[in-house]
Amino acid sequence: MDAGQLYEMLKKVQEPKGYHFNADMDMTMPLLESLLTNKERFGYMACPCRLANGDYEADKDILCPCVYREEDVKEYGACFCALYVSKEFNEGTIEKRVVPERRPPEKILF
Amino acid sequence: MNDIKVYALSTCIHCRNAKKYLDECGVKYECVHVDELTGDERKKIVQEVKERNPAVSFPTIVIKDKVIVGFHKDQIDKALKED
Repeated sequence: MDAGQLYEMLKKVQEPKGYHFNADMDMTMPLLESLLTNKERFGYMACPCRLANGDYEADKDILCPCVYREEDVKEYGACFCALYVSKEFNEGTIEKRVVPERRPPEKILF
Repeated sequence: MNDIKVYALSTCIHCRNAKKYLDECGVKYECVHVDELTGDERKKIVQEVKERNPAVSFPTIVIKDKVIVGFHKDQIDKALKED
């Protein structure tokens, strides 16, 4: 699968839920490619902007879409990676901010 | 301008954009891709990041004594000017 196919596949599932891909394709396509990189690396699509443990159980909270997406999109209009955003974010009616990390650092195992 | 360190992930777009911006600024920096490290080296670097940014998020950019968490152009500009 390539990033374009992943885009089409996820779009169908996520858009009806109110989660849109970032309209900035210079963000979205590399992020989708990174998801595929992580799939190859770990066997699952861990969040590309977080340090994965490489253990499925330990990374469950950061499997894309991560468990933090809902709160982040609600508060900032974008998830931590800014792969998934709200309609308002894409329309430019809300300010684009850097989303702070919500995942507790204890989740990173040494 | 030589004391810039970027803790990054090879797969992270914000890290990539931050590095691109530092390149555009024409500054030299040391970059560590934490996701590519293993074992003790990883442990050591994660601890280093934690001391500078307790959230252990990426990119964590250290310019002299300033720690910038996430890709903030304005904060990078400011820290570079203070050099």
